[in-house]
Amino acid sequence: MRTERERTDRPLRVVLAEDSVLLREGLIGLLARFGHETVAAVGDADALRDAVTEHDPDIVVTDVRMPPGFQDEGLRAALALRAERPSLPLLVLSQYVQRSYAAELLDAGDGAGVGYLLKDRVGQIEEFLDAIARVAAGGTVVDPEVVRQLLRRRRDPLAALTPREREVLALVAEGRSNAAIARALVVTEAAVGKHIGNILGKLDLPPAEDTHRRVLAVLAFLRA
Amino acid sequence: MTAAHSPWQALTRGDFLRSAWPWRSGGYLVTSALTGVPALLALVVLVAFSLVLVGLPLLILAGVALAVVERRRLRIVDAGPAPSPHRTPAEPGLGAWVRLRLSEQATWRELAYGLLHALVLWPLDLVAVFVAIGLPVAMAAAPVQLALDGEEARVAKAFLVTSYPQALAAAAAGLVLLAVLLHPLAALAGARAQLTRLLLAPSEGELRDRLSEVTRSRARLVAAFEAERRRIERDLHDGAQQRLVALTMTLGLARLDAPAGPFADRIAAAHDEAGQVLTELRRLIHGIHPQVLADYGLGPALADAADRSALPVDADVELPRLDQSVETAAYFAVCEALANAAKHSGADRARLTARRLRGVLEIEVRDDGRGGAAAAKGSGLVGLGDRIAVLDGTLTITSPPGGPTVLRVEIPCEPRESEPTGPCE
Repeated sequence: MRTERERTDRPLRVVLAEDSVLLREGLIGLLARFGHETVAAVGDADALRDAVTEHDPDIVVTDVRMPPGFQDEGLRAALALRAERPSLPLLVLSQYVQRSYAAELLDAGDGAGVGYLLKDRVGQIEEFLDAIARVAAGGTVVDPEVVRQLLRRRRDPLAALTPREREVLALVAEGRSNAAIARALVVTEAAVGKHIGNILGKLDLPPAEDTHRRVLAVLAFLRA
Repeated sequence: MTAAHSPWQALTRGDFLRSAWPWRSGGYLVTSALTGVPALLALVVLVAFSLVLVGLPLLILAGVALAVVERRRLRIVDAGPAPSPHRTPAEPGLGAWVRLRLSEQATWRELAYGLLHALVLWPLDLVAVFVAIGLPVAMAAAPVQLALDGEEARVAKAFLVTSYPQALAAAAAGLVLLAVLLHPLAALAGARAQLTRLLLAPSEGELRDRLSEVTRSRARLVAAFEAERRRIERDLHDGAQQRLVALTMTLGLARLDAPAGPFADRIAAAHDEAGQVLTELRRLIHGIHPQVLADYGLGPALADAADRSALPVDADVELPRLDQSVETAAYFAVCEALANAAKHSGADRARLTARRLRGVLEIEVRDDGRGGAAAAKGSGLVGLGDRIAVLDGTLTITSPPGGPTVLRVEIPCEPRESEPTGPCE
């Protein structure tokens, strides 16, 4: 994590969906403070769809659980929006570590420009802003906690990966760039590139444009 | 040799005459008059009133009241249980009670018994006692009669004896006759008890109804319990959890603003602390009611349970969405089984398979541990077995020493209609 760094993210126009007024106000303040503009803040799934249609934001940040049913309405609405606008960046805030939610989200479109974060993460201000910026830029972000839980599983096709490769894949899943991974693992960027090449090979992913393959690797990781 | 439970059983024993049964039989038949005479009086009065229509409902309810007493009186000669065949009204109030009673077959059986008892049975019972006990006792009393009279005695109002040898002969004959007649008397008492039981005790169907009522109420309890869990989960999620998230956000911002120093360190510590509380609360809430079960169903929820398990689990799960109660019961059973395997079995792997075959949900959790698991040893599996039994399912554990331990859950169920299914594994 990079603390005390002057953030130079471009200002984003955000549509925020969160049913708890307390959190909604808090998030608006937080975003404003770092230069992002909340163009609409809504409290239920229907209002979310209307707001996106009206404002065409740079990113949608939504809670999973919303009225009327308090099940996964927020996620459903986000997926429906994504189906209409495949390029709309989505960051979903959730209380659930289960991978089903993240997997479904990453399945939406091609998995680029989506993020699945635990709600607790909004308290880690830097990480949270990082995730927003990465998702808005078309990256893929999965909460480290979800990734950690997945790492405890020992199942094909990941069984073929070495522990080091699994570590690299976990960081890829969190949405980090090769440079950031190299920093985190204290290795050269070339070494990271080699690891990623091996991972893609072992996961038997079709040769395609690099970002897309990275996302596919993350998907394989989530679905394993 | 066990004690006899009825006059008929007692008759087959060699010690019948030495036992209390002859007297119990006699007592049962004699006390018939104690209920029969008031019943007859009530009948006469109520039939008279029925001419002006007031008595008819009262007549029917009098049958119910008489039956209560008669079922108690039955205990004199019948040790078996004779519970009330009536159901408990669903709502309070006299009106509901009367409506329910009038709709029950048992009420009409009781009325029939009441009429029979008032008009026919109690006089018959009395005659039988008089013949079987009164007559022999009267004969046995011949010497006493003769002594009191001094001249002659009319034994049982029938024949005259004038000398002591005659009187003693009559007394001996009376005792023999008593010993003989007590047998048919007991047989009759047994028959009377059977008739009472037939008309006043619950029939097979009523017992079955009661059992299904108990099963239904147990299912209602489980459902209420589940609803309560969901309510608690939601309250925690909407209240404490949201507030804590807001708190960590505030502390996180404060942390960014604070100039480096002891104050900033305090804030950082508070921030981390709040983060840990949030993590714990999240786990607690998940334990109370895993939302993944509601959103994605049993398949993904089981895969998730396998993910979380401390013991590595190979999960092979392929399920449609099922009824909520089935999904919940099965999910918690598997969680408990995985937790037990991780804690006690010493296994290094467990295998979880779940399928729905031929209308039955079949789940198996198998570990390669040391075995010897017992459901009775205060494990949570007993309660889970009850919960599954409510759904007509079964939970079985086989765990020979040396392993493997296999827990099987089988619940008959239908796939849920009209529900969108989440992505299955």
